[in-house]
Amino acid sequence: MSADRWTRKVHRALAGAGVRLVGYVPDAGHKRLIELCQADASMRAVVLTTEEEGIGLAAGAWLGGKRSVLLMQSSGVGNIINVLGMVQVCRIPLVMVVTMRGEAGEFNSWQVPMGEATARVLEAMGVTVRRAESEGEISSLVKDALRSCYRDGSASAILIAQRVVGIKSFQDQTNR
Amino acid sequence: MKLHRRDVVTKLLEKRGKLLVIAGLGSTSWDITAAGDSDLSFPTWGAMGQAAMIGLGLALAQPKRRVLVITGDGEMLMGLGALATIGVQRPANLTVAVIDNERYGETGMQATHTASGVDLAAVAKACGFRNSRIVSKNESFRKIVHQTTGPNFLQIKVVAEKLPLALPPHDGVLLKDRFRRALLGKSADVLAEKG
Repeated sequence: MSADRWTRKVHRALAGAGVRLVGYVPDAGHKRLIELCQADASMRAVVLTTEEEGIGLAAGAWLGGKRSVLLMQSSGVGNIINVLGMVQVCRIPLVMVVTMRGEAGEFNSWQVPMGEATARVLEAMGVTVRRAESEGEISSLVKDALRSCYRDGSASAILIAQRVVGIKSFQDQTNR
Repeated sequence: MKLHRRDVVTKLLEKRGKLLVIAGLGSTSWDITAAGDSDLSFPTWGAMGQAAMIGLGLALAQPKRRVLVITGDGEMLMGLGALATIGVQRPANLTVAVIDNERYGETGMQATHTASGVDLAAVAKACGFRNSRIVSKNESFRKIVHQTTGPNFLQIKVVAEKLPLALPPHDGVLLKDRFRRALLGKSADVLAEKG
């Protein structure tokens, strides 16, 4: 399956669930999905200076009755830890789609420590982790997270394994 | 004449009507409570640095309603990037009012960056806020909060003073649910079933 196919399916899952706000800090692995959301008139894509802002955005959107999603790479999980406390205390529905770095195929050693800690950090702050090891399962995990988070007032992150995104070098990343 | 924070916040919230209010943690949450707690207020007890972003999410979700964020200089400084993000989205219905006592009021009144001259209003202006200024004299905020096309930013200089606590409810679920019900009516509960 190509990146085009899984990103289209995830975009359809977001649209189908009524997601109206899409906060993001860019990642090469999210490039196509960000473009699809930007091109969708029913959605507003909001570029953030840091992932932490996406948590405030999601909280405000839900106070106003709108659903949102947050797109980021795993390094961004380190930037949201404290503010996840608000999500937990207020039971704000939160769905994050996270492309992994620091795993098999990583070319930058500075990405490794946060990549290795990502799932544990999320779980420590009460976020349910759903891990996609293949392209075929990404959109169904996103759908499942949207359904349960907006039903239960819970938070979930879908972690997309780095080998699924398959970026092998800085050059490859730049060419996306 | 120096401004006092409780007078300023009372004025910001005067005849608030349908105004939606977010308050930053600490003193500004106590201030909005002292002025009169409301279901359409969401005072925060944590998530420092996120008050303006919560306001942005709310303003984008509710473009027909006016949204006012009231926060402190320390809280705003922790999330300065939010001013750039708001400057990109340019919500016409959002006003951010920073109650600037130049101190971290909850932790021993240590000086913040604004005490050394950091000009938050200039930052907001440079980020693309339509209106942004420092307020140091008594004035009416009615027009800017309820009518003026935003995003608007007010950096309101106030006296550094320790005041009696006026605590809003702690319970985050209560604060969220009361706000959603007051704003969205019964659909606040059904929306969760959609999708």
